[in-house]
Amino acid sequence: MRSSLTPPARSISPIAKNSDFFISKLSTLGAWLLALLWITPLLYAMWAAFHPSEFATKLVLDAPLTFANFISAWEAAPFASYFLNTIILVAGILCMQLIVCTLAAYSFARYEFPGKNILFSLVLIQLMVMPEILIVRNYQTLTQLGLVDTLFGIGLPYFASAFAIFLLRQTFKTIPKELVEAAVMEGASQMQILRHVYIPLAKPVYLAFALVSVSYHWNNFLWPLVVSNSVGSRPLTVGLQVFSSTDQGIDWSIITAATLLTSGPLLIGFMIFQRQFVQSFMRAGIK
Amino acid sequence: MHHHIVRNVYAYLLLLPAFVFLVGFTHYPAIATLLDSFMSTPRAGRAATFVGMQNYQDMLADPTFWKSVVNNFWFALATIPVSIALSIGMALWVNDKIAGRSFLRMAYFLPTVLPMIAVANIWIFFYTPGYGLINQILQALGFPSQNWLGDPNLVLGSVIVVAIWKEAGFFMIFYLAALQSLSPSYKEAAQIEGASAWYFFRRIQWPLLMPTTIFVLVNALINAFRMVDHIIVMTKGGPDNASSLILFYLYEVGFKFWDQGYASVLTVVLLVILAVVGLLQFFILDRRTHY
Repeated sequence: MRSSLTPPARSISPIAKNSDFFISKLSTLGAWLLALLWITPLLYAMWAAFHPSEFATKLVLDAPLTFANFISAWEAAPFASYFLNTIILVAGILCMQLIVCTLAAYSFARYEFPGKNILFSLVLIQLMVMPEILIVRNYQTLTQLGLVDTLFGIGLPYFASAFAIFLLRQTFKTIPKELVEAAVMEGASQMQILRHVYIPLAKPVYLAFALVSVSYHWNNFLWPLVVSNSVGSRPLTVGLQVFSSTDQGIDWSIITAATLLTSGPLLIGFMIFQRQFVQSFMRAGIK
Repeated sequence: MHHHIVRNVYAYLLLLPAFVFLVGFTHYPAIATLLDSFMSTPRAGRAATFVGMQNYQDMLADPTFWKSVVNNFWFALATIPVSIALSIGMALWVNDKIAGRSFLRMAYFLPTVLPMIAVANIWIFFYTPGYGLINQILQALGFPSQNWLGDPNLVLGSVIVVAIWKEAGFFMIFYLAALQSLSPSYKEAAQIEGASAWYFFRRIQWPLLMPTTIFVLVNALINAFRMVDHIIVMTKGGPDNASSLILFYLYEVGFKFWDQGYASVLTVVLLVILAVVGLLQFFILDRRTHY
């Protein structure tokens, strides 16, 4: 196509090889420097959280280790309630999403009906217009329903996820027709086909979506901040914000300890399931 | 025929729960917001009345609105290309046989799993005047200490850095997935031909990654108008609105000043921006990537 496709350096001279080697070393160094830069915030948080506060801003290698910051943080705010709220919220949203979105995806993947394409486009709109954008109006809706300051109210706008419907529909569509026909021949009902043919074959996608959903809602902040205004409904992120913005005096050790507490379970889970985590994010992205 | 109708009804019934929530929290509020934007804010004992374009005129005359728009423009213009470039670099590194690649992959991806609100607290410390980490390093190198979050000229750049740090690793995943799906024969052919790594990237990988880049670009664009957690925690839009973004300002107007009519107009602005992003994706960019 273009003559430049065959560069001249065909026979590799020792000098060229040396410079290649040098470039590749330099590139590795760059990769490592960037990685170190990227985890500096976490490394710092660990340093400050596990050492007495006089060492929070200076690196002294023989500084004594301590758990006191975690204990003070835990006692300074109702983190136990916040944890419980977050767990209920994240689990509740995931359960509802799995049920609601599986049914919708099954309908889109298996049936032909009038208005199917229009309805599917209406679903996809939510990929662009996330509930965060519509906070003002959605807050009014919650007020009308009497659900302000409840965990149910925080979760409600997320029960139908366009992302999940899209992901599951794509997966369901790849399931071989023969399997479905065989199930029909054996007299399986529509629901039995969904339960025994579609869902088992989509397990990896369910895992992928579950990880994405859990990490998204564990970290979600703006909508819960708006809706919750008491300990009973505050998830961890909002609790942490309330904790670190009230007059603590700026004790970095306690704030970093609280920060690690809130992200701890997700962080530990990520360390253990690193491979699955990255792979499921990839799967969620390419489908 | 009867059987046909039963099947259709069944299909609609399966969709019903999802549509109750979708209509209730996406379609209905979007339309209701548009209508609200022509109404005044209801106050105690006074219902909302039709005010025509009044809210829009107020918005156009509001310097804070324009400040937020300009900030958001720079925020998008800086975060999108930098985080995409970084994420491609990360993906190329991690996709290669590089020493410690699983550590590198973890390090790059880590910010994605951490709550923005939690890491924002750590970044506040990095940016603290005097003894904050960045200033300690600057002073050790003989530079003057800066008030990163308190100086109107520096604050937007400071929150942009945090945003890039947060999302680059997320975009890396999509590039990594795309790179792994490329046939290894391209690389072999390039090696036989003696093509340099840069040449191989520019002429082979970059064009083949185009669909991924479009996907990431759209996500990055949406993110640029959606990321406000760190603004709320780190700067509250200040000093002097120097780090206010559109969604942040919407949050302030809606939930600090409780001005529903004006907040609706701001929501409409965001909806229009997102609609443009969506149309851009479907009608222009999509076409260019399908050869």
